[in-house]
Amino acid sequence: MSHTPPPPEGLLAELTHRCPLACPYCSNPVALDAPRAEMSTDDWKRIFSEAAEMGVLHLHLSGGEPCSRRDLAELTAHAVEAGLYTNLITSGVGLTRELFDRLVAAGLDHLQLSIQGVDAPQADWIGGYKGGYAKKREVAAWVTAEGLPLTVNAVIHRGNVEDAPRMVDLAVELGARRVEIAHTQYYGWALKNRAKLMPTREQSDRAYAAVEARRAHYLGQVVIDHVAPDYHARFPKACMSGWGRQTLNVSPSGKVLPCHSAEIIPGLEFWNAREKPLAEIWAHSPAFEAFRGFDWMQEPCRSCERKGQDFGGCRCQAMALLGDASACDPACTKSPHHGLVNEIAARDSEGPVEGFAPRRYARQEEIPTPA
Amino acid sequence: MIADDARPRLPRGVRLREDKVRERWVLLAPERVVKVNPIAVEILKLCDGSRTLGEIVTGLAERFKADPARVGTDVRALLASLAEKRMAEL
Repeated sequence: MSHTPPPPEGLLAELTHRCPLACPYCSNPVALDAPRAEMSTDDWKRIFSEAAEMGVLHLHLSGGEPCSRRDLAELTAHAVEAGLYTNLITSGVGLTRELFDRLVAAGLDHLQLSIQGVDAPQADWIGGYKGGYAKKREVAAWVTAEGLPLTVNAVIHRGNVEDAPRMVDLAVELGARRVEIAHTQYYGWALKNRAKLMPTREQSDRAYAAVEARRAHYLGQVVIDHVAPDYHARFPKACMSGWGRQTLNVSPSGKVLPCHSAEIIPGLEFWNAREKPLAEIWAHSPAFEAFRGFDWMQEPCRSCERKGQDFGGCRCQAMALLGDASACDPACTKSPHHGLVNEIAARDSEGPVEGFAPRRYARQEEIPTPA
Repeated sequence: MIADDARPRLPRGVRLREDKVRERWVLLAPERVVKVNPIAVEILKLCDGSRTLGEIVTGLAERFKADPARVGTDVRALLASLAEKRMAEL
């Protein structure tokens, strides 16, 4: 294509794949980027400058655990100077008081804190890190005392699905302005652990309704962003608000991806931000061009009245479940393969939660036991 | 209804800025980009906690030679909708 697409609004910077936690639903790829492959401080600074120049507004500093990068405060300061709205997405573990103060001084705009459960035994079991829950509560207190906006993020799965509405209450108790209740999306480690994470349809529906009921109750107090359970939904999510439409993702080693999971799609050619300018990658990289717009669509998407709304759902999900990245996302009830999603959801929701594979670098694999 | 003596302001983490690339103004907040029309930009520039709502309305009505009652309605509607989203404090 010769024309230039509108610029992205958001950039997710996966600064590192290192993380002290081992959440079984992690959206990072199962093949994690090794620490030695990570980009340098200068690489990231240049990318942030280019991003601001091309029209990116929000920068999400993520990982892995971004606090594992020793240059996090320096990178944040650079991004703020470039005019980007900086959002730190952290587990809180590894964030020291000293680093927090330096991030505030650098001009950090917002902090998003993950919470794995509503109490320490549950949260520390799921996150695979003893003391994690207490540390998170401490970090939340720093953030609110400073007056920075706090988002609490909770991923919902079979091990905590009954507590989904209480996660909203916990976020309010912690002083969050915004809470993200995300029913697990099955990519990366979550896909690998799907049979341990999938709730039953009844659990899922009940949790969804209970969280929705909190909206009116907490109106003006906390903003609830609710990510629906894909396998139990009627229509697919508008994944990434459309491929190559609003956001891009840079991996620790500099690969520029349309989404964090895109590498599972065979045949896509990703360009690296170490080698080419970000704007050129956004506009012309074959991976971004592959599913931009509507030309790539098959039926039923091509003639669907919702195609401008959900963009055919998720390409990675079509790939993972059907082996065809340009098929209609089978999470959609209009997909001829939607029955498969129902089958998997029913099958994977049986059996114990225990025994999931913790997210770790390959050589450190071990299985935690519930507290 | 928002009182005349409220002192509206944008909370920390909510930033009004010009989006030069797209030639527009936006309000940036956690996970939100809100396009702001030129009238709302003028209103929000005054919401720094130093002025009362009454002062903001009077000032804008004089500046744009508009009916203060109508300006008051518009300003209140804008701020109420932002406050619901935790993007303004009253």
